[in-house]
Amino acid sequence: MNKVQHKQALLRLGDDALILGQRLGDWCGHAPALEEDIALTNIALDLIGRTQSYLTLSGALNEVNGESKPLTDDQLAFHRVERDFQNLLLVEQPNGDFGDTIARQFLFDNYALLRAEHIATQTFDLDAAAIAAKAIKEIRYHQDHSSKWIIRLGDGTPESHSRIQNSINELWKFTGEMFTPDEIDLAGASAGLLPDLSALKIKWDSAINSVLEEASLVRPDDAWMQTGGRQGLHTESLGFLLAEMQSLPRTYPDATW
Amino acid sequence: MSDTKNNWPLREVFIRSKQGLGHRHAGSLHAPDAEMAIGNARDVYTRRQEGISIWVVPAESISASSPTDSESLFDPANDKVYRHPTFFVLPDEVNHM
Repeated sequence: MNKVQHKQALLRLGDDALILGQRLGDWCGHAPALEEDIALTNIALDLIGRTQSYLTLSGALNEVNGESKPLTDDQLAFHRVERDFQNLLLVEQPNGDFGDTIARQFLFDNYALLRAEHIATQTFDLDAAAIAAKAIKEIRYHQDHSSKWIIRLGDGTPESHSRIQNSINELWKFTGEMFTPDEIDLAGASAGLLPDLSALKIKWDSAINSVLEEASLVRPDDAWMQTGGRQGLHTESLGFLLAEMQSLPRTYPDATW
Repeated sequence: MSDTKNNWPLREVFIRSKQGLGHRHAGSLHAPDAEMAIGNARDVYTRRQEGISIWVVPAESISASSPTDSESLFDPANDKVYRHPTFFVLPDEVNHM
């Protein structure tokens, strides 16, 4: 894995966390109950914390014409254009209703946990391992939170059941991307930094299946899957998210608070 | 608060701040069941490292004394100073009590 690939791999870890954290932050003041409002924004803050760590690490590897040109986490978050973001399409999907948000979180948390468990134990990049080790504790809580909601909603009233089933069905087409390796995933896996995605999928399937079963929900078929996030080809909603997220630092680049 | 159709039941939260101390009442919250109550309590009351252990109790399970009874319950203790250990003068031989 060369330096550019290494930088990109870390950037992806940061981008997944950044975009999902920004999405969840939108629930602040809008969740169905005060307690859930705090839960979702706590998770958002965990994600933004992880973003800072991974983007800082990625930015430190930045080079221009062979010369080291470090970028800060803020530069990467606020001064990149849409095509340069490499997050999964799943995490940029709109919040929708509470069920959509929980379904998105559930599908991602299980993936993020398995990925962090791998990264925490590899020795290719010890800084990334340290970040992942800290993240595991957070993600276990996130996964517990989203899984229990899936079970409650799936096993709740006829309306909650049909709505959460619908949310999962709608988001399912974005799950294939998590397990579709490109050259960076492959280089990362052979260097040890990133997990082997086919092995990861087996574990993810079994984690997802057991919760869906307990929730009496039907796992959608693995039909056509939409990909492109890792290559910067995003769904239309990312542009709006970035416009809002980046507007202040781009308008007032020296603003502090 | 008894409107359980639209509101989750009220629960009282008790947090132990460190080993050796008792659980102290931290506040209340709403949650549909005990499991989620613990999760909510964690998010609402321990975000700034306030605790190492959480108890959550359905608010309706707590029996409380009535303020109107406070005279008969608490006033009689007012003039019983001998119930405080400091009331008694100790002999010099036991100066390390």
